[in-house]
Amino acid sequence: MKEFSVIELAKRVGQLLVSLFALLVVTFVIGRLLPTDPVGAIVGELADPATFAAMRARLGLDLPVYQQFWIYFTSLLQGDLGTAVLTGNPVVQDLSAAFPATLELATLAVIISTLLGVPLGMMAAFFRDSWIDKLVRVLSLVGHSIPVFWFGIVGLVIFYATLNWVGGPGRVDVYLEGLVEPKTGLLLIDSLLAGDTEVFWNAVYHIILPACILAYSAMAYITRMTRSFTLEQLNQDYVIAARAKGASNWRIVSGHLLPNIAVQLITVLAIAYGGLLEGAVVTEVVFSWPGIGQYMTNALMIGDMNAVVAATLIIGIIFMVLNFLSDLAYLLLDPRTREATT
Amino acid sequence: MSAAQTAPVRSKAFLAASRLGAGFGTSLAKLSREPLGMFGFIVLAVLIVVALFAPLIAPFSPTAQNLPNALQAPSWTHWAGTDEFGRDILSRLIYGTRITVQTVFAVTIIVGPIGMLIGIVAGFVGGRTDAILMRITDIVLSFPSLILALAFAAALGAGLETAIIAISLTGWPPIARLARAETLLVRNTDYVAAARLYGASPLRLLFRYIAPMCIPSVVVRLTMNMAGIILTAAALGFLGLGAQPPAPEWGAMISSGRKFMLDNWWVAVMPGVAILITSLAFNLAGDALRDILDPRHDRS
Repeated sequence: MKEFSVIELAKRVGQLLVSLFALLVVTFVIGRLLPTDPVGAIVGELADPATFAAMRARLGLDLPVYQQFWIYFTSLLQGDLGTAVLTGNPVVQDLSAAFPATLELATLAVIISTLLGVPLGMMAAFFRDSWIDKLVRVLSLVGHSIPVFWFGIVGLVIFYATLNWVGGPGRVDVYLEGLVEPKTGLLLIDSLLAGDTEVFWNAVYHIILPACILAYSAMAYITRMTRSFTLEQLNQDYVIAARAKGASNWRIVSGHLLPNIAVQLITVLAIAYGGLLEGAVVTEVVFSWPGIGQYMTNALMIGDMNAVVAATLIIGIIFMVLNFLSDLAYLLLDPRTREATT
Repeated sequence: MSAAQTAPVRSKAFLAASRLGAGFGTSLAKLSREPLGMFGFIVLAVLIVVALFAPLIAPFSPTAQNLPNALQAPSWTHWAGTDEFGRDILSRLIYGTRITVQTVFAVTIIVGPIGMLIGIVAGFVGGRTDAILMRITDIVLSFPSLILALAFAAALGAGLETAIIAISLTGWPPIARLARAETLLVRNTDYVAAARLYGASPLRLLFRYIAPMCIPSVVVRLTMNMAGIILTAAALGFLGLGAQPPAPEWGAMISSGRKFMLDNWWVAVMPGVAILITSLAFNLAGDALRDILDPRHDRS
């Protein structure tokens, strides 16, 4: 049994590597699809042929495609993704500055959606066909159908402009910007580390709306999956036995149900997390959130393909690694999958 | 080989192909017990009618500017208000249905056959072909589709066609998986074996005997996908990568309305309502279709 797990693990790692390689190829192709000639963009349309050729050679565009790919691949391994046109910085530097903002937003969103979505899904299953089940169904249907960027705008109009319950766009109010020294880049944690409660509460005030908006779309998915996992378990003999022994609903949930659906839930949460990173891209634009999404869309506008490709690559890698980890959790934590495959 | 012998074989495949149409009455009866599903279908029917007859229905021109009339709140003349150029938002939404319907159907028409072809070939041929095709499918499935669509749209240049291509590129894998699963189910059934014994060529087996069996579940899946296509297309439009102005694309309308959202909320809110209702309708219709066409599925 143990040995089998190792083989299976090696197989999964191999699959991840193949997928990552495919992602590299796709991003390489995207970077070279550009309808405008990058050489022309740099030297100008009217440059003489010699300048053109020199620039082509400097950019490595005169090499065969496989060599260009090799250069792309090796420089990537060295952490070099080129220079961003917009900022003039190395793309990697820009991305590592922007990433914590996205991470903070998506993480808070996944926490909110889990805390709400899992209990809601369980309640919907426990009280099947009751009003709460119907409410959950409507909530998740709308969550699947709502354009998240529009929801963000509506949220801003209602909760910021009209009610003034939350902060507006940005991570903090302008007058508080840059007061806290970035250690982790996560503003909520940095401000606490610095002991600056004013910045902390202001940051909370700003992040809460975009996090809730993002959380809602993930919650739709988490609730639906939790509901169906729970329903599956409720019909099992062990639940009926526990009921017959007089266990309370709470005892059944905490002692019997949760351990049984935990692994499936982890998978769902990992997928939801990946989805949130993606959803963050458009949400960040609405909330002027200085994360990877905002960075990528700014780069899209001016056709800065180095930055676009790098952002795609980073989000893609995180997405795939999350999927891989959830697969792994399934394999390692759930003894049932081991039995089923041997 | 007499006609009487081939008839049962034929009719079985035929039955599968017409599972969508067959028992239309019972389907309708089932649907009437699903008010939400019924609502979804009605909205979609309205959407298509509006898209077809947009010039007859729209009270104003979708592009004619009327600057003195800019940013008017919703009223009896302008049900959804006017935008920053004084254009009637309702008329723009009505014309916008054409872009939405076009995008959804174009992506579906690209993604459906490609996914089905890959899926049934993988399931039918099996072995190494299956392994390779499914590995590619899994890889594409593991890509973050919205991000890739963004990057592709940016690389190919903004526009409706590139948005359609960008969405399609990552849209086929779920269909391929489904078609493969269905193919595995029917591959070893008696009627396929019978057809094989009669000397039907592999191609004939694939397209006349196996593919039709996959159609109902693929159609269900495609319908449910449509909601996602609308949302992705709207997101691309919102970021300026979809249909270009002055085309009344809903996502782009939200984007331009965002500048006025604090004082003139309707400019950004109205197109979002249109997107929400349409995508909700596709979700509801997809759910209902699944219940009707797929008896194996248990609503749980």
